[in-house]
Amino acid sequence: MSERLTPDGKRSDSQHREYLSFLVGGQDYCVDIMQVREIRSGARATTLPHAPDYMRGVINLRGTVLPIMDLATRLGILVDTASARSVIIVVALGDQIVGLMVDAVSDILAVASEDLQPPPELPADDQRRFVSALTIKDDTMIRVLDLATVLPRKVTEVA
Amino acid sequence: MSDPMAEIRASFFVECEELLESLQDGLQTIFDGAGDSETVNVVFRAVHSIKGGAGAFGLDALVAFAHRFETALDDMRAGRLAPEPSVLKLFFSCGDVLADLVRESREGLPHDGARSAPVLTDLDVLLGNIPTPEEDPIDFEVTTLSLDLGDGLLDDAPVATPAWTIDFKPRAILYANGNEPQFLFRTLRDLGDLTVSADDTELPDLHHLDPEHAYLGWRIKLEAFVEAAGIREVFDFVEGLCDLTIAQPLAPVPEDGFEDLPDLARLQRVEPVSTPLMVPMPDPASIPAPPPQTPAPRATVRVDLDRIDRLVNLVGEIVINQAMLSQSVAAAGFPPNSPVRTGLEEFQQLTRDIQESVMMIRAQPVKSLFQRMSRIVREASATVGKDVRLRTEGENTEVDKTVIERLADPLTHMIRNAVDHGIEAGDTREVSAKPREGTITLTALHRSGRVVIEIGDDGAGINRAKVLKKAIERGLVPPDAQLGETEIDNLLFLPGFSTADEISNLSGRGVGMDVVRSSIQALGGRITIQSEPGKGTTFSISLPLTLAVLDGMVVSVADETLVVPLNGILETLALTQRDLRVFGPATHVIDIRETIVPLIDLGAELGYREPLEDYTGTVVLLIGQEDGLNAAMVVDSIEDQRQVVIKGLQDNFGRVPGVAAATILGDGQIALILDPVDLITHANGRTRPFAARALPPSQTSPTS
Repeated sequence: MSERLTPDGKRSDSQHREYLSFLVGGQDYCVDIMQVREIRSGARATTLPHAPDYMRGVINLRGTVLPIMDLATRLGILVDTASARSVIIVVALGDQIVGLMVDAVSDILAVASEDLQPPPELPADDQRRFVSALTIKDDTMIRVLDLATVLPRKVTEVA
Repeated sequence: MSDPMAEIRASFFVECEELLESLQDGLQTIFDGAGDSETVNVVFRAVHSIKGGAGAFGLDALVAFAHRFETALDDMRAGRLAPEPSVLKLFFSCGDVLADLVRESREGLPHDGARSAPVLTDLDVLLGNIPTPEEDPIDFEVTTLSLDLGDGLLDDAPVATPAWTIDFKPRAILYANGNEPQFLFRTLRDLGDLTVSADDTELPDLHHLDPEHAYLGWRIKLEAFVEAAGIREVFDFVEGLCDLTIAQPLAPVPEDGFEDLPDLARLQRVEPVSTPLMVPMPDPASIPAPPPQTPAPRATVRVDLDRIDRLVNLVGEIVINQAMLSQSVAAAGFPPNSPVRTGLEEFQQLTRDIQESVMMIRAQPVKSLFQRMSRIVREASATVGKDVRLRTEGENTEVDKTVIERLADPLTHMIRNAVDHGIEAGDTREVSAKPREGTITLTALHRSGRVVIEIGDDGAGINRAKVLKKAIERGLVPPDAQLGETEIDNLLFLPGFSTADEISNLSGRGVGMDVVRSSIQALGGRITIQSEPGKGTTFSISLPLTLAVLDGMVVSVADETLVVPLNGILETLALTQRDLRVFGPATHVIDIRETIVPLIDLGAELGYREPLEDYTGTVVLLIGQEDGLNAAMVVDSIEDQRQVVIKGLQDNFGRVPGVAAATILGDGQIALILDPVDLITHANGRTRPFAARALPPSQTSPTS
């Protein structure tokens, strides 16, 4: 990709950040790459009783019990449930580590801060809540996910 | 990590815990009459070290109290104070106050003077009884005072200072530990006039010099009115690291400089205090003074608990991985003696060994817990005015750290109970030909993979008539109930039960044996009572060795694999049409030997599937607790019974109703570990009645 940050990151005119972009229900999303821990192929999740429908359950991540979230269901995208979403992006927000189930991982993008624009005010749309910014790359609109709202606070509080 | 001082401080407090423990140990040994002079030294050093550390951190209250305590201990060390029971009891209280002060200093709490004041007064009384004005043997000013006194007593004879000869030969380890003889000499100089001459006879020529070796020795002549203990104290921190001989003071140095023969009579008059001190002094013939340390302390490392948890996790992973590997090797069809198979077997053996060793890291002797209990006995018996002693057995029995921590509250409660209700008053005991002093015995032992802790008293035993009467009064049992002895004893575990006639300071705190039992059960343990009228009562607690592993029954429900803790399952059975009874429009009960138990469809309850059409032929687990919270849980099949490694869910999920934790199965899948009691409490018990088969499926998923 293009320009890099200068070592101290301050001198450059535009602040670049790297994002991992992926597909959910045919739509483009991305998250700050600093929040991504790893990318895994899907595994059969153990269902967690009394959990919200977007919680697929838990899988074994090298000895840690990792909750898996179906991102499409969480974002309210109606997709054919039979389609095998088999990629899990393990993200960390503070102490909380969650696996996001997505269709496919697409790219790593370097986005300058001025290329980010606020999402449109569409009160009726649930997406507004989960998306913190938008950017256009190669004619594609990519939504920047706001993990703080996407991740459940504590699953049982919802149930 | 950020503040190095905070780290040093924290490690000081950890050290304090150890020192307090050895203090308690030492006092107990002396109390049991098994102590020697070294035991007294150990006790003294413990308090001394706490004082030293506390001084470095400016914990004045702690220093002040430790100093007073130390002074009294020094009197015992010097033989001025006999280790009588009354004195030792006071020392125990001092230890308790010291422990309180340490805790308060650690948590930055203000010191509660009300607790330490009476102990200090007692200490003063004790010290006041000693026929000496001296409180601190190394206090120079006081020594001067006795000099004045001597001045008057000695009829105009010139007063001369006794001269001590100290032979001090450091070993290499003294330097390795960062000690410096020069500082010791400086401290000695504060005591009196000092002449130090080096003994360099061992010094090799430069060519053969090993810089790591200690060659030099010193002969120190100290002219001071001071006791041997005072000198020894200077060398306290290098004990065992050097050869030290403190020779009896020679005669006062006459003006002409010639040394005279010792004149003990005169010395006694000069310094009457030193007389009893002469007794424990070693023969002037030079023998290395400090005896080799009694059992050398085993080398230990302090490790952050998080790191151990991580290790335990990783080992759990290895075990699971190894299971997966074995499975694929078996599937690949290698011949039995092929290198792959042999290698795998060795790997399995290694894994088992590692697992055991790692589990052992978390294990700790129950000793610290038992020591806390001896304090509880002291305090509780003082409150109710009974004479009670605690005997402990098997205090080196090792249990998982978490188990120990969570046992403290139930044990405290039971010990208080034993002192308050179990043991009779002294007069009553005498009438029944028992010693006035009651005994509570705390025992820990390993028995078939579990640890058993017993709390026994030699009191009057459970008054079953009274217990039954109370239970009937409170409507806990019907008035005409015919109960066996064990059943009556078990009434004690009912919520809200108390046999105490009146609420004393100890009981009536709103915590009953029911709470004790539930906290024991939360640890995967069981508690039972044996009681014999007139002989006493014993509570036995049986616990798993670790909370990291659990005995579970692996069951499958609607294609999900679940683990049910074995200790909650009373029995398993296959359902027949005969056992089933329709209870409500959507609920079933089953009839087990004339006891009606609600039927819970686990698959439906957890939202995995709709209630079954027909329950006949399914497997049922009978979940039970002594207090009647029973249920029959329907599962599809029982897969296995085995030990599983427990993985917490709480961090990521908070509490999931009915689910205690998770574990990882041999195929890498996660299985949830159920909490049957919690599940039953939350269950709606909806099952599909046979009559209602035609109805549309009811909504079973309790999700929002």
